Amino acid sequence: MNSSVHIKEEVAGSERPLLEIKNLAINFATSNGEVNAVRNAHLTVMPGETVAIVGESGSGKSTSALAAIGLLPGNGRVAAGEILFDGEDIAHASEKRMIELRGNSIGMVPQDPMSNLNPVWKIGFQVKETLKANGLPSGPEDVAKVLSEAGLPDAARRAKQYPHEFSGGMRQRALIAIGLSCQPRLLIADEPTSALDVTVQRQILDHLDKMTSELGTAVLLITHDLGLAAERADKVVVMYKGQVVESGPSLELLRNPRHPYTKRLVSSAPSLASRRIQVAKEQGVESDELLAPTEPVVVESALPEEVLKVEDLTKVFKLRGGIGKTTDFTAVDSVSFSVRRGTTTAIVGESGSGKSTVAQMVLNLLEPTSGKIIFDGVDTSTLNSRDLFKFRRRVQPIFQDPYGSLDPMYNIFRTIEEPLRTHKIGTKASREKKVRELLDQVALPQSTMRRYPNELSGGQRQRIAIARALALDPEVIICDEAVSALDVLVQAQVLNLLAELQDNLGLTYLFITHDLAVVRQIADHVCVMQKGKLVETGSTDDVFDNPREAYTQALLDAIPGGSLLLPPEVA
Amino acid sequence: MTPENNLTGQDTAPRHIEHFVADLEETPLQATDKVKEDSAPSSLWGEAWKNLRKQPLFIISAIMILAVVVVSLFPGLFSQIDPTSEACQLSNSDGGPASGHPLGFTQQGCDVYARVIFGTRSSVTVGLFTTIGVVLFGGIIGALAGYYGGWADAVLARLTDIFFALPLILGAIVMMQLPVFRANRTVWTLVLILIVFGWPQIARITRGAVIEVRNADFVVAARSLGVSKFRSLLRHVLPNSLAPIIVVATISLGTFIVAESTLSFLGIGLPPSVMSWGNDIQAAQASLRSNPMPLLYPAIALSITVLSFIMLGDALRDALDPKARKR
Repeated sequence: MNSSVHIKEEVAGSERPLLEIKNLAINFATSNGEVNAVRNAHLTVMPGETVAIVGESGSGKSTSALAAIGLLPGNGRVAAGEILFDGEDIAHASEKRMIELRGNSIGMVPQDPMSNLNPVWKIGFQVKETLKANGLPSGPEDVAKVLSEAGLPDAARRAKQYPHEFSGGMRQRALIAIGLSCQPRLLIADEPTSALDVTVQRQILDHLDKMTSELGTAVLLITHDLGLAAERADKVVVMYKGQVVESGPSLELLRNPRHPYTKRLVSSAPSLASRRIQVAKEQGVESDELLAPTEPVVVESALPEEVLKVEDLTKVFKLRGGIGKTTDFTAVDSVSFSVRRGTTTAIVGESGSGKSTVAQMVLNLLEPTSGKIIFDGVDTSTLNSRDLFKFRRRVQPIFQDPYGSLDPMYNIFRTIEEPLRTHKIGTKASREKKVRELLDQVALPQSTMRRYPNELSGGQRQRIAIARALALDPEVIICDEAVSALDVLVQAQVLNLLAELQDNLGLTYLFITHDLAVVRQIADHVCVMQKGKLVETGSTDDVFDNPREAYTQALLDAIPGGSLLLPPEVA
Repeated sequence: MTPENNLTGQDTAPRHIEHFVADLEETPLQATDKVKEDSAPSSLWGEAWKNLRKQPLFIISAIMILAVVVVSLFPGLFSQIDPTSEACQLSNSDGGPASGHPLGFTQQGCDVYARVIFGTRSSVTVGLFTTIGVVLFGGIIGALAGYYGGWADAVLARLTDIFFALPLILGAIVMMQLPVFRANRTVWTLVLILIVFGWPQIARITRGAVIEVRNADFVVAARSLGVSKFRSLLRHVLPNSLAPIIVVATISLGTFIVAESTLSFLGIGLPPSVMSWGNDIQAAQASLRSNPMPLLYPAIALSITVLSFIMLGDALRDALDPKARKR
């Protein structure tokens, strides 16, 4: 591998880069002509080095990496520049040469562990296929060895299982095993852990680190998470709108970003260091100032009333298991908490912890098996249909997927007007006025009214969803992962908007999320859930500074770049 | 992979990593979120229409269908000759093309061109009204089954399966033999019978489309706004499930026209007194060897009409394909 490691600095400069991308431009042929996805990209990966490409969706980070392994989609092509792998130009290499390189020289770990394993073949077969394609011994023991190296316990037995028998983390391990099975010199990992829970993410990345440093593999890590990139990579390349805007040593870049985009990215990245967003009273304050640490507010002596109270809430799902047989699955196990008016309570947990089920029950969309939900002094299960209709006005949801929560057939005006029309509020003219006001409140131009959801970006759609939720002047808003699908900058914008609205309208939020850093920014109180049970609850500062439960501590530790993103004076 | 855990154990010189900053002028920072305000708004249907207008397949089939529809509405515009049996002159029997009679004569001495023109209406009527009936009936059954699920689905889906197992033509043959239908063979009895055996396909498609949409976030959002379950079916779920239904309905319109002709050809569809392509083909069969033309022309008209509907269906499928939709 790296024969020149012991040679001193001046030689390090003459060392040949493993992967060098120069002036790369990639175009996509679409129905509207050629679209320029990547322009003028520069990137160097030295042997054994880990380089991370960071950027928001659509920044061209994945496209650049796919070009390096010759797997651009059919309508994409390298329009200019060169991609040198160990000195050889592979941007225009023949398909035959690329097939030789793939697997044993350049490996790949794809993004989504759920869809990147073929569900009809056993795991072992899929590993064997890779080994065979690269002319390596592919007996059962070789397959088991590859899998066990990737950290799968009991590999020989596991190889005989199908992907659906594996959890997300195990599938990702299998994919890493496949990617590294032929000991490539470069591994391209495209968002390898973004579909996984934080604690699993940490394990997988630790293991990937260990394996690649043992093998001396260089890694090109693609991620949207600046913290993760800084923690795992020697060098970070920031991409924006198809261009490399800044690249450099990871810590340096994080502490001293020079390009305005990187500065914005660093300041918007939620971190454990950030404090609760305090809405600035003056207008026109930059968002990074909003996120700056501020003094904790003095708690008023009289606590506000409890607007929502959940007592011993339990939900048992019956899982069908053959004729007449059902197994009980307790998704939510006697959870109790209360939410005070005008405050934000966050429910945090990993996938499967039952947090979304709690939200559905509070929204009265799902019947609890037992327990009570008391809204403003009334048990919601006792509501008749007329009272339930009134209850709907007072409690509104905002969902995770901004692409799924707006009806694609409705234009924005009809979307926001729908709640008003449903509850027969006002006249046609007054409803239109209200829609205009709501668009103003979520900082979108009034002309957006005529648009359809497919014309808006994710952040804009989420703001439309907020406007719709606000249309009925609700008291409580349930945000179910409301910012998880958004890019960092947009996420910061939406969080600020939510905080501002809370301040102006006295809203109460119940915030369901898996992201602790977001919780730190928005919540007053936190409830941590694990496997349907509430394990810890308290004020945000208490839980973050002095977590009592080991699980909470593990969650906190697993946040990528948590310690790195602390502002210099704290670090 | 931080420099420290290099396991070679040798003292490694930390590589110098250059800190590169792009020229600010090269990468202007656009406003992260800007709504375009100039262009016209584009709904999904609008997008589909824009797409369609550019497709030759759509343009050709649309022009042909338009022509067929105009002919069936105003046959008098295209032929002034009375093609009914009473007006035919046996002296013209099996006559070739003559002036004013471009396609020649049938065995009965009727003008072939006029019969093809006047026969269009019954074929198109059967095709169109059967499709409307099938979409309404099958659509309602499918939507209720898919949306409410549970026992409603169990009953309705099994009912659909039972009817799906009965072949359209065979079922129609058996039904048409029933005295009540045999006594009143009109376009409308035929439409009714074709609906009875034709709805399960649309019901299945609708059920699938509705199941896909009913759990979408925007439906849950509407429910939590206080929209009732049935209203959200009408307002949100159905409009979003329409695309596949329209595609299948367009294609099956063609097959219903074929079914009408087949039944008429077999002598159990429309009575001979009603002019239709199927009847003409059946009548021309007798003199096929001596004079194939009276059979050929209605057959061509039938094929072109059916083909245009199938082509239109294909063009619609391309334009409405949910996978091609912008996200």
